[in-house]
Amino acid sequence: MQAIATTLSGRRGDSVLFAGIGFALKGGEALVVTGPNGAGKSTLLRVLAGLLRPESGRFSLLDDQGAELPVFDHAHYLGHRNAMKRELRVAENLGFWKQMQATEGGGGLDIDAAIDAVGLTGVAHLPFGYLSAGQQRRIALARLLVTPRPLWLLDEPTAALDRASDELFADLVRGHLAGGGIAIAATHQPLGLEGVTSLELSGAREPLSDLTFRDDGVWA
Amino acid sequence: MMALLRRDLAIATRSGGAAMLGVLFFLAVVAVIPFGIGPDLNLLSRIGPAILWIGALLASLLGLDRLFQADREDGSLDMLVMQDWLGLTLTVFVKSLAHWLATGLPLVLAAPLLGLLMNMSATATGAVMLTLLVGTPAISFIGAVGAAVAVALPRGGLMVSILILPLAIPILIFGVSASYAAVTDPDPFWPPFMILSAIALFFAVIGPLASAAALRGASD
Repeated sequence: MQAIATTLSGRRGDSVLFAGIGFALKGGEALVVTGPNGAGKSTLLRVLAGLLRPESGRFSLLDDQGAELPVFDHAHYLGHRNAMKRELRVAENLGFWKQMQATEGGGGLDIDAAIDAVGLTGVAHLPFGYLSAGQQRRIALARLLVTPRPLWLLDEPTAALDRASDELFADLVRGHLAGGGIAIAATHQPLGLEGVTSLELSGAREPLSDLTFRDDGVWA
Repeated sequence: MMALLRRDLAIATRSGGAAMLGVLFFLAVVAVIPFGIGPDLNLLSRIGPAILWIGALLASLLGLDRLFQADREDGSLDMLVMQDWLGLTLTVFVKSLAHWLATGLPLVLAAPLLGLLMNMSATATGAVMLTLLVGTPAISFIGAVGAAVAVALPRGGLMVSILILPLAIPILIFGVSASYAAVTDPDPFWPPFMILSAIALFFAVIGPLASAAALRGASD
């Protein structure tokens, strides 16, 4: 398993947030993306997940034989929002994603085991909206465990988590890496992971080109 | 995909769900007509099918904007968009189907009750039910396109209705003319009904495709 990015650049509106990003990760390796607010961490992760088109460059996921795998089928994306319905019970939410994101090989923890793994035993029957912000985030992390996908793309995964949960999260990522997975996380906080590559986005914005707004209302 | 259908139906029918909203609006619109028009039974039975159809059309448009917006707000939409074209198109189809089951089907079932209020004959009521059964799914399927285009707009409801209304007019025309043809003698029932069915099938195909394209383009 390999994740390779070559000369990726991405933009928001008309400013280039990052350019020339390249990395190669093998199974069991992690990449931590750091940088100030607005540096393009989330944009980079969305580009990697295929949710945004890169301005240039490409990102590809290769299996052990070197064949290219579709990223959308082999990546878990955890964004700022938890992708859970407040009205539905925790078990229903996780059950839905387990079925919806099921892979051909099957596998993954069952729902109770995933809830146990994030340390929230006994909340399966509660509506998701009843949980606190930190508990909701932990259930969102449990979604990554119910279906096995080799690449984890995590955007601020530890937002709203307390210190004990930070460690729990680091354990989950370690377990994922030990199983040959790859993790790419954007975060401000130290994740407590050893041996990870880090990528610093400077946040220095470059204008896309020398477009200027002329007086007659035309971009030239 | 069955999991998605079950989830959307569960959300629509739980507290705060949109399932009852449409049918209550339908009841309100049609129930005030006899009071506004006055107790002219002949007039009521003559305009009955048209009023029922207009009420059902407006009730179907209500709440369409939430079709994808709710998923966008909690982050689920990212995971739904992270699929190949076929998967995304099927997802939109299933979501539209769930929307119809939750909001369109109750309108069909409420039609006989409102037919009584409008002094409609049994034949006319039956014809309206049959045409609504074919016509309301078409509104849900084409409505998905408007919902996808307006997904990123905070107050997209009005926008969706305006986008969809021109496309829904043919459904209204052929639905009402088939309903009238069933009770006025020389007019044939089948030609307008067949055209209505054709529109429904056509929209069931292009609705999900166009909607999937719009969701792809809108992800940010």
